[in-house]
Amino acid sequence: MERIPILRMGEFLLVTIQVDMHDRLALALQEDLTNQIAHSRSHGVLIDISCLDIVDSFTARLLGNMASMARMLDAETVVVGMQPAVAITLVELGITLEGVRTALNPEKGMELLRAALRARSNEDGHAL
Amino acid sequence: MSKGSSQRIAEALDKFQQEIVDDWIKEQFAATSARRDLMNEARLAEQSREFLATFRTAAQSYNFTDIEATEWSKPRALLGEISRSRAEQGYTPAETATFVFSLKQPLFTIMRRLSGKDYEALAEDVWTITVVLDKLGLYTTEVYQKTREAVIKRQQEELTELSTPVVKLWEGVLLVPLIGTLDSARTGHVMSALLEQIAQTGSAFAILDITGVPSVDTQTAQHLLKTVAATRLMGADCIISGVRPVIAQTIVTLGLTLDVITKSSIADALAEAIKRLGYTIARS
Repeated sequence: MERIPILRMGEFLLVTIQVDMHDRLALALQEDLTNQIAHSRSHGVLIDISCLDIVDSFTARLLGNMASMARMLDAETVVVGMQPAVAITLVELGITLEGVRTALNPEKGMELLRAALRARSNEDGHAL
Repeated sequence: MSKGSSQRIAEALDKFQQEIVDDWIKEQFAATSARRDLMNEARLAEQSREFLATFRTAAQSYNFTDIEATEWSKPRALLGEISRSRAEQGYTPAETATFVFSLKQPLFTIMRRLSGKDYEALAEDVWTITVVLDKLGLYTTEVYQKTREAVIKRQQEELTELSTPVVKLWEGVLLVPLIGTLDSARTGHVMSALLEQIAQTGSAFAILDITGVPSVDTQTAQHLLKTVAATRLMGADCIISGVRPVIAQTIVTLGLTLDVITKSSIADALAEAIKRLGYTIARS
């Protein structure tokens, strides 16, 4: 069965979705990603969906779920590169992906993750 | 019986075409609806002559009841053309329809002269002519209206295009000045134009300026929020500017919460966006 690769880049995990998401593939990704986060002890996940022309409500919900699961495993998630048409469709469906960070492109997404981690380590610093 | 009447009219048209046309043109000039400011006499005479020629040919079919038939396609096409050009020139519908209706008088005159004292036949002829000319007159009005509707539709489209520009204000900052009432069609236009620009320029901020929006109701607010949500999904953020005191009052009174940064002027919004992008402005 085909799977979406999860690449490790330094302290972050990189997921680039380049095929059409069908439900089973999305569920497999969710499982792989949570395992990977726990295994690699990453603190940031970047999901690139710039190749996706169609995102249905199920996939959108799974994206939200993955972000929540990652947060429970102490990792920040950012979804990058959503197509304008996809954004319009999701809004029309009433899905706003509350709680998921978004960025225009992978570069900005990485910046966002680093800023989030910095802010977090600052907080820890204060706590200590 | 009816055939007799059609035949009489067709023959009269054939025989007295010149006389009818002269009479008709004279009458149109005399009428107040001639609109000499929009059309000169030569043009009007030409149109009249042309139309009567096709009318005469169509009349040879003896069919005066169904103007949808193929033998009437030529007069109809000509009338449609005349009606369209008049609609664009600024004639009123009544003035346009009078072109056809004024043909009654000369035709009646001829038929009366030909009838002798046979009033039965004359009444029949008058009725036949009335039926066909009324139908043609209504047809001109219909075409006139369609032309005007097309003009309105085109203007509406142009207006929508005109009123939704997306302007780059700064590196990473886009401005959408919203002018006029926000309905769902307009919002759709704005949203797709804005999102396309965001994707193209990689801008992190979009300023939605509602200075030109006359009023904000629940529906308008809903549309604004939709645009904001879509922008956020793309990974950019929105600032709403140009919130007038009246609009602030309305929004709060309606119990709406706009979960976005709002500023009262574009200047403030731009300053906020620049600050958030990490720039500082200093006077040298």
